[in-house]
Amino acid sequence: MNIMQVTDEPVSLEVVANEMNTLKYYPQRCVNCGMCINVCPHGVFMPDGGKVKIADHSGCIECGACKMNCPAAAIDVDSGVGCAAAMIRAALTGKKEPTCGPDCCSN
Amino acid sequence: MSEIMATTGELSASDRRDHILARIGWDRMGHKVVPGLYRLGDPAPDAPVFVTSNYSLSFYALRSGIAGMDAYILVLDTHGINVWCAAGKGTFGAEEIIKRIEVTRLREVVQQRTIILPQLGAPGVNAHEVRQRSGFKVEYGPVLASDVKEYMKDHRATAEMRRVRFPLRDRMVLVPVEVVNYSKFLIPAALVMLLLGGLMGLFAVLVVAIFGLVFFPMFLPFIPTRQFSSKGLIIGFLGGLVFVSSQVWLGGSIFGMTGLIKAIAEVLLIAPPVAYFALNFTGSSPIASRTGVKREIFRYIPMFVIMIALGAILIAISAFAPLGWSL
Repeated sequence: MNIMQVTDEPVSLEVVANEMNTLKYYPQRCVNCGMCINVCPHGVFMPDGGKVKIADHSGCIECGACKMNCPAAAIDVDSGVGCAAAMIRAALTGKKEPTCGPDCCSN
Repeated sequence: MSEIMATTGELSASDRRDHILARIGWDRMGHKVVPGLYRLGDPAPDAPVFVTSNYSLSFYALRSGIAGMDAYILVLDTHGINVWCAAGKGTFGAEEIIKRIEVTRLREVVQQRTIILPQLGAPGVNAHEVRQRSGFKVEYGPVLASDVKEYMKDHRATAEMRRVRFPLRDRMVLVPVEVVNYSKFLIPAALVMLLLGGLMGLFAVLVVAIFGLVFFPMFLPFIPTRQFSSKGLIIGFLGGLVFVSSQVWLGGSIFGMTGLIKAIAEVLLIAPPVAYFALNFTGSSPIASRTGVKREIFRYIPMFVIMIALGAILIAISAFAPLGWSL
């Protein structure tokens, strides 16, 4: 009898991704807790029987709420703030993007 | 044990004054409330606990939203930054929630073990971590504090309550603070343009400010195209056309080679700064993604620079042409 490595993950992990943003969804990992549906402010996810389904990939603004609250690591997104002022400031000063507050937008 | 502070659902005159000052950008970092635990009404040990940031406008919104209820409010120290922005930076996050629960001895104040967070705090908070480390279950309430009472009926938010919208009112309330923020550029620009181009120069700056900082946010969802910059260029071209036509109305001419070149130059000089304001409005909106904004910066900033350079060359040509240059 062959000894097989036991893993709870299939060899090929299905991933749902798109061109417009960095949101990636791994449906095989989804435990259907519905947390992503609750936290997403743009209706990107929707229930679909035993697993969550992506309803509107282009609506994602990469806030990261879904990834942060997914207990099964079924969502990945390169989250960040979509603020041109902060990115331009970072490019001009050569520093890291400033955070909202005394360093940016307050004087 | 830190004191439980008392608060009310009704905003006082000084709260309202603070609200107005915040909305006009006065002392931007100074609109804070003391972090800690607040009592609203006469909460029993099983009363709900709502969490918010210590930006005073966030606190006011929650208080007004749950006015009439008996509840506790746990105010996190987010350094005077609102829930959504603080969550984006992680200051509205698990660490601060857990720490604030400890400091206020919330476990001894209430018997129930659920805290209700605003949905827009979710980007900064790992709900599972909070539960494991503090024993409190995190429940995400609706986006708007004004929907909290409806939410409390069965602890369910409708799909609509979970969506962030950016209606006209929310866009226009940002205008004064944007104008104040940009005044450090706009006032010097107005003085320089007044010296260079007289009253029409001053008027050009006014057109840029009005189209970029007022008309752009006002018409945002109705401007065709998807990106902020391209929408801004459309509004900027309209601003340029308004500027050129007002000159015609004042007796100038766009006819003849010189007049036409000058008109094109003016449109090329007015549209990019308007579009730049539009691009920067991404940070004030809840609808822009980091990837999208990055793409816009690389694509449109070079375009803006080229347009301005071309506009400057054309305006110089049109200025020197009457002196005897032949075109």
